[in-house]
Amino acid sequence: MALGDILIEVTGVAKHFGEGPTRVDALREVDLTVRAGEVIALLGPSGSGKTTLLNVIGCILAPSAGRVVLDGEPVFDGKWLRRDLRRLRLDKIGFIFQAHNLLPFLTAEENVAVVLDLAGWPPDKGRARARELLEYLEVGHRAPAKPALLSGGEAQRVAIARALANRPRIILADEPTAALDSKRAGLVMDLLRKLATEQEACIVTVTHDEKIFDRFDRLIHLRDGRLADA
Amino acid sequence: MNLALKDIRHGLFRFVLTCFGLGLLMTVVLAMIGIYNGLVADALAIVKAPAADVWVVEAGTQGPFAEASSIPPDTRDAVARMPGVAAAGAITYQTLEASHAGRTLRVYAIGYELGRPGGPEQIAEGRGIATSHFELVADRKTGLLVGDTLRLGRDRYSVVGLVEDATNTGGDPAVYVTLADALSIQTKLDPAAARVQAARGAEPVKRPTVAAVIARMEPGADVGLLVATVRQWKHLGALTEAEQEELLLVSVVDKARRQIGLFLGILLTVSAVVIALIIYTMTMEKLKQIATLKLIGAPDRTIIGLIVQQALILGGSGWAIGLALILTVKDNFPRRVELEPFNAIVLAGIVFAVCLASSGLGVRAAMKVDPATALGG
Ligand SMILES: Nc1ncnc2c1ncn2[C@@H]1O[C@H](COP(=O)(O)OP(=O)(O)O)[C@@H](O)[C@H]1O
Ligand SMILES: [Mg+2]
Repeated sequence: MALGDILIEVTGVAKHFGEGPTRVDALREVDLTVRAGEVIALLGPSGSGKTTLLNVIGCILAPSAGRVVLDGEPVFDGKWLRRDLRRLRLDKIGFIFQAHNLLPFLTAEENVAVVLDLAGWPPDKGRARARELLEYLEVGHRAPAKPALLSGGEAQRVAIARALANRPRIILADEPTAALDSKRAGLVMDLLRKLATEQEACIVTVTHDEKIFDRFDRLIHLRDGRLADA
Repeated sequence: MNLALKDIRHGLFRFVLTCFGLGLLMTVVLAMIGIYNGLVADALAIVKAPAADVWVVEAGTQGPFAEASSIPPDTRDAVARMPGVAAAGAITYQTLEASHAGRTLRVYAIGYELGRPGGPEQIAEGRGIATSHFELVADRKTGLLVGDTLRLGRDRYSVVGLVEDATNTGGDPAVYVTLADALSIQTKLDPAAARVQAARGAEPVKRPTVAAVIARMEPGADVGLLVATVRQWKHLGALTEAEQEELLLVSVVDKARRQIGLFLGILLTVSAVVIALIIYTMTMEKLKQIATLKLIGAPDRTIIGLIVQQALILGGSGWAIGLALILTVKDNFPRRVELEPFNAIVLAGIVFAVCLASSGLGVRAAMKVDPATALGG
């Protein structure tokens, strides 16, 4: 596969929580580059900094030091370089949640369409795109259902549809397959790969799930906040 | 996509119940305002009824409502001849108990001179008093109907007409009789008692007195001049209509008014706290969803809109339910409940402000929420 644009470029990123005796160094001197079309896994024992790194890339957490460039745009260099981080997330980043976190008061379709609504799409176009994505993820028949009525797998796919709705080029997922059986987990990963290729996006997934390790282009190991080459 | 409405629809039953609860609270608030107004209106109704410009009363008294006043009936002739006076009438007020339909009826009997100021202005049903004896016009609240008879003192009176909203400050409904009848009720004892008195050689009949003489002025005439003229008589005093109303508010209804006013203040405070609590809780329950919204990129404006719109819908429906309820039940209150559109608007303003302020609390909490909390699992 031809190498795509660099979508994520993390240089010298460190993050610590607390000070003095309670200080925890969650990330130390992390460098990471991810290109379009890549599907990579973040691995490591619990507490090794995987979620922290994902949050830094997702602009949810400010690093203590370092530089972050997303889709060619420098967003962090010692401090945030953009004030409207939410707009940045809306346009560039899709999150697939561990607990899928759909809004309980919206239907499956609305949960997807709300992202497009926020991004300024006309309502009918947003609905059509939401429909199309749900069909594509084979949950089109559940479009009018509220999240409480969806099975775990259905809810996860709706959440994926929501993450993809505004065609972000960076998709971040924290254990997206934890709640799924291995067959469904494999299907979700195939799907993510297909999307990465089609939309020229990159996918960074935290996972413990050895069954799906072979589906990734790269496995990145974290230990005590440092990248450890496998 | 309106998130506020979608969320309300999602938990509709609970939201409606909350609105209804708030509505009941608003009903009580409005009832209290209505009772307060009713108290003032009732108190002033009796003073305003004769449409007087000047009240001539006993010297040194603040009669005839705040204090007892008695002056000779012929004062009226003197007042009528004074400069600028268009019409004058002597008037009496007495609280009487009569029995009607098997129960004791407390009435506020107003005696006035036929064809002179002081009688009922607007007859709601039947007619005004036409003959000088044994007819009466009653307030509807007495429960009397046109054609009924009522025994007052030694005589039976027939009800010829009904009026509305004529009660004294204690809430007793008024009955109008002629001055002659009122004086005879006042002075004539029942026959047995009169015989005993006569046997003792007492003077058989007390000298009749009236409570006040009311005067209406000719257009443009000087009220101050009349008041000054009346005060030259050693035994008379005079009050203008405005003084009389002020006096009544200060002396008679002031305590009750302060009591209700204080209660109303407490109620409004309680309502404000309840509204704030409901809205704050509503927001706190949604913090995780708000974190999710932030994570997917919703701007503050969307989140503030969600909270503020729900708060305003809640407050607005509570207010509307309260208003609808009080308008439905207000005539079933034993005392007059009077609501002006102004009161409802002021309450709406207060509710609006409270809702905005308490959604401000919720908004503050929502703004502080870290989008990362949505990721936790
Ligand atoms: N908000 C926080 N405050 C303090 N310490 C934190 C916070 N978030 C994470 N940590 C600490 O940082 C380290 C890395 O956490 P995390 O990135 O969640 O690890 P992983 O996802 O690999 O299990 C852990 O020691 C954790 O306790
Ligand atoms: Mg984690």
